[in-house]
Amino acid sequence: MRTAGNLWTRKHLLGMAGLSKEEIATLLDTAVSLREVNRREIKKVPTLRGKTIINLFFENSTRTRTSFELAGKRMSADVINMSVASSSVQKGETLLDTLANLQAMNPDVVVMRHPESGVLQFLANHLNTALVNAGDGRHEHPTQGLLDILTIQDHLPLLERDSFSGLVVAICGDVLHSRVARSNALGLKSLGAEVRFVGPSTLMPNQAEEAFGVTVHHRLEEGLAGAHVVMMLRLQNERMNSPYLPSVREYAEFWGLTRNRLRLADPKAIVMHPGPINRGVEISSEVVDDPDRSVILEQVANGLAVRMAVLYLLCGSGVRR
Amino acid sequence: MSVAFADELLLTSSETLALIDALAARLHADRLGLPDPQARVGDWVVIGIRRGGALVAERLWDRLCERVQEKIPIGFLDITFYRDDLDTIGPNPVVGETDLRMDIDHKHILLVDDVLFTGRTIRAAMNALFDYGRPERVELLVLVDRGGRQLPIQPDHVGLVVQAGMGECIKLVDKGENVQVVRRKLG
Amino acid sequence: MAWRCGWRCYIYCVDLEYGGKMYNPSLTESILIRGGRVIDPAHGRDETADVLIVDGVIQAVGRLEFTAQCRVIEAEGLVVAPGLVDMHVHLREPGQEYKEDIASGTRAAAAGGVTSVACMPNTQPVADDLSVIGYIQERARQSGVVRVFPVGAITKGLQGQVLTEMGLLQRAGCVAFSDDGRPVSDSGVMRKALEYSRMFSALLIQHAEEPSLSGGCMHEGIVSSRLGLPGIPSESESVMVDRDIRLVALTGGRYHVAHLSTRQAVVAVEQARRQGLPVSCEVTPHHFSLTDEAVIGYDTDAKMSPPLRSTTDRQALLDGLAQGVITVIATDHAPHDEENKRVEFCRAANGVIGLETLLPVSLELVRDGVMSLSACLAAMSCHPARLLGIPHGTLEVGRAADVVLFDPEESWIVDARQMQSKSKNSCFHGRRVKGRVKQTLVAGRVVYTDEGR
Repeated sequence: MRTAGNLWTRKHLLGMAGLSKEEIATLLDTAVSLREVNRREIKKVPTLRGKTIINLFFENSTRTRTSFELAGKRMSADVINMSVASSSVQKGETLLDTLANLQAMNPDVVVMRHPESGVLQFLANHLNTALVNAGDGRHEHPTQGLLDILTIQDHLPLLERDSFSGLVVAICGDVLHSRVARSNALGLKSLGAEVRFVGPSTLMPNQAEEAFGVTVHHRLEEGLAGAHVVMMLRLQNERMNSPYLPSVREYAEFWGLTRNRLRLADPKAIVMHPGPINRGVEISSEVVDDPDRSVILEQVANGLAVRMAVLYLLCGSGVRR
Repeated sequence: MSVAFADELLLTSSETLALIDALAARLHADRLGLPDPQARVGDWVVIGIRRGGALVAERLWDRLCERVQEKIPIGFLDITFYRDDLDTIGPNPVVGETDLRMDIDHKHILLVDDVLFTGRTIRAAMNALFDYGRPERVELLVLVDRGGRQLPIQPDHVGLVVQAGMGECIKLVDKGENVQVVRRKLG
Repeated sequence: MAWRCGWRCYIYCVDLEYGGKMYNPSLTESILIRGGRVIDPAHGRDETADVLIVDGVIQAVGRLEFTAQCRVIEAEGLVVAPGLVDMHVHLREPGQEYKEDIASGTRAAAAGGVTSVACMPNTQPVADDLSVIGYIQERARQSGVVRVFPVGAITKGLQGQVLTEMGLLQRAGCVAFSDDGRPVSDSGVMRKALEYSRMFSALLIQHAEEPSLSGGCMHEGIVSSRLGLPGIPSESESVMVDRDIRLVALTGGRYHVAHLSTRQAVVAVEQARRQGLPVSCEVTPHHFSLTDEAVIGYDTDAKMSPPLRSTTDRQALLDGLAQGVITVIATDHAPHDEENKRVEFCRAANGVIGLETLLPVSLELVRDGVMSLSACLAAMSCHPARLLGIPHGTLEVGRAADVVLFDPEESWIVDARQMQSKSKNSCFHGRRVKGRVKQTLVAGRVVYTDEGR
């Protein structure tokens, strides 16, 4: 057990970029402790009693928003959900004004999702409230990265590994538009894993090798070879019938994860997906429902614990020892 | 934690272990060894508060089981998420895992901690405990009572009573097998 | 620095260079700028000398002795150069006076040592019509403190479809034509514009950017990948420059690339010039001094079109300046109010102000050994003046006395809040720079004096 003092001093969680190995470990350890709460009869601790958390979502989201809401409530915080439809942004107010108004009500944490990259960094530059990034554009989605890393960590013994070092993680699909891919790549790289970006060349970030220290593969078979973790990304429908991709049929044919293709990966490889899943497009049902491979529901459970940990650490981080 | 000055040894390792053994013996004599109309041995549960209380509880439980010739259930409680000082001290960077697999409804709980000071830890532990069920009775056992209570909480079983000032810290120091109790003056 | 402005003394004046001819400016207004390092790139002059201005006109340059009644400006330790010519400025008037107007924009110019600005036509309404040009000229006469030369639109409403009345607009005073802010993207229209403008020897300034490749909000590269911002590849610019150069070869029209930002475009311009085509280009101080790394942190004051490019591109711009492929430094001074800048990065307006940092940032080129001081000043004076066909950017005797005096050694920290411009969107805010404008004269009239901050 580690004995170091203040391992968490950050005010915001804006992304995985810049998080140290130790900070990631603190977050994961706290999440592990909190998992127990979610298994109890009475799934609630009084830790954040009297704290106010605002969930501000400018993009449709059911699972992430619910996960944060439940995380706050299980820690006894008051959680308020605001979605774009009910906010005044639609009335022409600037984003900064909207947030300044919320800040005036003195919330302890604002959890925010926004369709544009960098919005949380922008707000953090102008506001005092603690911010949690629940996804900004194609930039980052740090709690998803953390929950994925926690899920992988849980499976390290089964993969016969004692650390992330040398672990091969293949992140497959629409990497270009994926904040999940970015957060995972940054976090996993800092823990020592080997990360592959696997996807069509039209859906790959420019100079991804240099930007993220990953290897890039444009054939799924090549990307899967020997991988310990296969992380499939959701393919958004609006990418179809565009210059990015000609059709669902072609994508499923070349990029869909089937049981046959999965045989190319490590024999014990686990399969992950951030959801929501397009069965039969990026991943076949037989893989999704394979209890030996798919850890998708564990990801969801870990998501709750990770978000509880994040809220706990941020709510207390205003205190300097 | 501020800079620690030279520790004064209150209980050596062997004294600490002997004290726990003595507590076990006394418990057996006063409680578990007697025919109790309210509780059979099987109704008792030992619960240690992480981290120091858990160390004491493990040793104590071991000795108790020996004496009663029965496996008493044991559990561990981390009270981090029940503390009332998040705003003053901040988050605890090292959170232990709570491990209460048994049903505690109608049980007789022996709550074990290492050092009793303000009583806040015990309050938090009781809150935590009651989120798991409704025990019949809770008794508190502490290795050391150092005084300085801020809440109306008193132990039922005490190993050692020490007078300590507010500027002092009484600690169970765990160095592997070597468990000792020290008095540390805070700078 | 002791200024002796307003001193009256009787001086006997001899212009040594012109054979010791005597000159007696008895009843006229005379100014003597004494003892500065006079640099006039148009005539290869770089020496310690005096400059005599009479009735707003440069009367003599050289080692002078005097008896005339004139005002003396002591310029010892300063560089005395032609007032700078910035051929790419957005003054925002008419239409967006909350961002800038001709008064504030020309004050900013004066503070930056700029005495002539060419203002871009993307105003509201667009400067595509005689009436708008007339309005700008009238406002410049009323409220401008430096010379304002309007650039007319190439197409009506900047729509890229119908040509403007270039002949009439040129006669009215337009010094060039541009749809700046947008490219003329239709090849057929661009061809016609080049053919048509050639009849008037008019200069077409192209905002070279292929729209279908420019959907992003920063340069496409490692940084955009990390930040998750949609990128604009370098090819967005070079594809358009390549096409335009072929059309210049076809038509013979005079073509100038605005705010060139990529290596490939430098190569294209270099080849075109080697073939003798009438092609030129300009670079902005932000493009030659910054890279896309300035966007890290999502700073909207590092957002402009074209975007800040890669280190490779920046190096190519420096090489282009050193080798004389890029002959003009222009600011693309683009004021935006806070409401358009203090927003999400992708929504933020494109552009930065630059008039008040043009000189010191450009002097970094001299310090870094990219080009001589004289060549650097040429890129901001006689070169753009020649392209625009205006009789400025030189200290030639007989020309209007547009002069800048600056201390090349004074070090200061850029503070956007202290600037004359109405908008504060400077990407150099907080930068330590060297070189400070001390005084600016337009037609012999002092329009700016550094008060010392």
